[in-house]
Amino acid sequence: MLDRFRFVPARLLQSVPVVFGVTLLVFFMVHLLPGNPALTILGQSATPERVAALNTQLGLDEPLWDQYFLFLERLLSGDLGTSLTYQAPVSGLVLDAIPITLSLLAFALVLSLVISVPLAALAASAPGRLPDMVVRVFTLLGQGMPQFWVGIMLILLLGVKARAFPVGGYGMTAAEHPYYLFLPALTMAIAMCPTTIRSLRASTINVLGSDYVGTARSKGAAGISLFRGHVLRNAAIPTVSIIGVNLGYLVGGSLVIEKVFAIPGLGSLMINAIFTRDFPTIQAVALFVALFVIVVGILTDVVYTAIDPRVDLSSKERA
Amino acid sequence: MSTVQTGATASGHQPLATGVPLLRVHDLSVGVRSTGRPVRIVEDVSFDVDPGQRMGIVGESGSGKSLTLRAIAGLLPKPVEVLSGAVEYNGADLLGMPAKKRRALMGPEIAMIFQEPMTALNPVMRVGDQIAEGPRRHLGLSAKAAGDLAVQMMARTGIPDPARRARAYPHELSGGLRQRIMIAMAVSCGPRLLLCDEPTTALDVTVQLQVLRLLERLCEDTGTSLVFVTHDLAVVNQTCSELAVMYAGHIVESGRVKDTFRQPRHPYTRGLLESAPDFDRPDRALVPIPGFPPNVSDRPAGCPFAPRCGYVRAHCTEAVPPLAEVAPGRLAACFESDRLDEVLA
Repeated sequence: MLDRFRFVPARLLQSVPVVFGVTLLVFFMVHLLPGNPALTILGQSATPERVAALNTQLGLDEPLWDQYFLFLERLLSGDLGTSLTYQAPVSGLVLDAIPITLSLLAFALVLSLVISVPLAALAASAPGRLPDMVVRVFTLLGQGMPQFWVGIMLILLLGVKARAFPVGGYGMTAAEHPYYLFLPALTMAIAMCPTTIRSLRASTINVLGSDYVGTARSKGAAGISLFRGHVLRNAAIPTVSIIGVNLGYLVGGSLVIEKVFAIPGLGSLMINAIFTRDFPTIQAVALFVALFVIVVGILTDVVYTAIDPRVDLSSKERA
Repeated sequence: MSTVQTGATASGHQPLATGVPLLRVHDLSVGVRSTGRPVRIVEDVSFDVDPGQRMGIVGESGSGKSLTLRAIAGLLPKPVEVLSGAVEYNGADLLGMPAKKRRALMGPEIAMIFQEPMTALNPVMRVGDQIAEGPRRHLGLSAKAAGDLAVQMMARTGIPDPARRARAYPHELSGGLRQRIMIAMAVSCGPRLLLCDEPTTALDVTVQLQVLRLLERLCEDTGTSLVFVTHDLAVVNQTCSELAVMYAGHIVESGRVKDTFRQPRHPYTRGLLESAPDFDRPDRALVPIPGFPPNVSDRPAGCPFAPRCGYVRAHCTEAVPPLAEVAPGRLAACFESDRLDEVLA
């Protein structure tokens, strides 16, 4: 049974060169940004001499390759550098922000499933009928609306008008977090739902027409028990990969959404760092996002293997 | 019931109604209701199956034999539906009863075995669990008890090492084993009526015979009635006592298997027999039936077989011949049935 998960260590090993490539890209792209951190830090009082002095102090006048190797060297020892803006270790800043962003993503994923599964089931149960049409219009709208706009609309309607939810922030206590994260998570879920619903609807229609669902019906299964017992897991198989890919996009989306909802997660950290040309912080966040996408990719395959006993990625990799 | 332990002995079967057949199909028409005239794929099919009787329905692809079976089981694929007629099980009207009540019959009273053991099993569910599903739902067994029953059923269908195999997924088993799983699943609640839709077509010939023997034994042991749909006359000969031959949505001939094989009274039946190899008489020439069956939406006026028939007369294309008694216990839908008096074997 566990044999089928033997591909995981190999996959982790494969991601090492990928991560290395990411460091290369991230480092040089950051340094391609126009502007200069010293200039940002000094602001109005910048004179060419002071800028030069600060550049030397920050090590920014070294050749770019030397800076890169220094960055790599520190990275390997777990040191992400010091934030130019906050004058604090980047690792601390990032570690504070990661749980916030991860819980936002997890919340969004759960919400998107809670919305998608029943809607897809409803649509698939009577293709071409009214519920199906309504769901299809909904997915079309969902795909057409930009995320930040949905966020702002939700703030306006549910936050400002209805006063049902806070308009921004993260809350103070653990109990408050889900309440504060609901609107941003919903925004991201709405962005994720259309593709999930479409995929799940199509595969559910497929599965409902399959022979084994006929067999299940011949055993007296119907309605929810048929759906839970025979349809959902089979229909989920193609959708899992789509959700995996979507999650990768979602991290990108979360950067904007966090800004819209003033959530102190990785997104806010990243955007502020970009504005202030805080190189070490940008590098650290970008690196984390890359790692996240890699891990989600592996997790997708793990889930895929777990729900479909026919999948054996391990043997394919040996061949 | 009999000496053999089945799951059903624990459950209360409905008592058998007296004086009525176990299954009565009366003037059943199946088809698609479209905007204009409904397309009738199965037309006015009638037959009875008595307790313990084994009935074979033979016909080529598209003759409506599988749809007839699915209509009985309530498993017609959309948008196909029953257009008219009645299906009665043990005196109760299956088509008129509430869906929930009908589903309650599926398993403990009526069970179905499908053609493709490759696709008819849920690929992501352990086969033991798939067998246990029916007994859990209908016999009220616990997960544990139903699991044990599943293993017991697998042993009964001749699956070696059933306890281990119960934990396997369908793709890990051979076609023959999968069909045995299907059979174990179908008989797990001890049904009185077993509907088989070409259960051996997808199997190797050697495995076919094993599966047929198994079905036969299970039915004999428990007195289960069988409706067996196939295109293979030899299979009917091995398994069934009664035969109905379907052509273009109609039953064209019915009677006891032995009598029908000996002296078919419909030209189509005769054609089927003559186009199949007979190993007892290897020197006999095979005679194919010329032409193709008519399209459902475009059936000819009169006898649907007339365009391909060697006995055709002018009146054949004017009216549809009714299914009428041509000899004691023998029905045929042919105006020229009397001319088919030749004994084949």
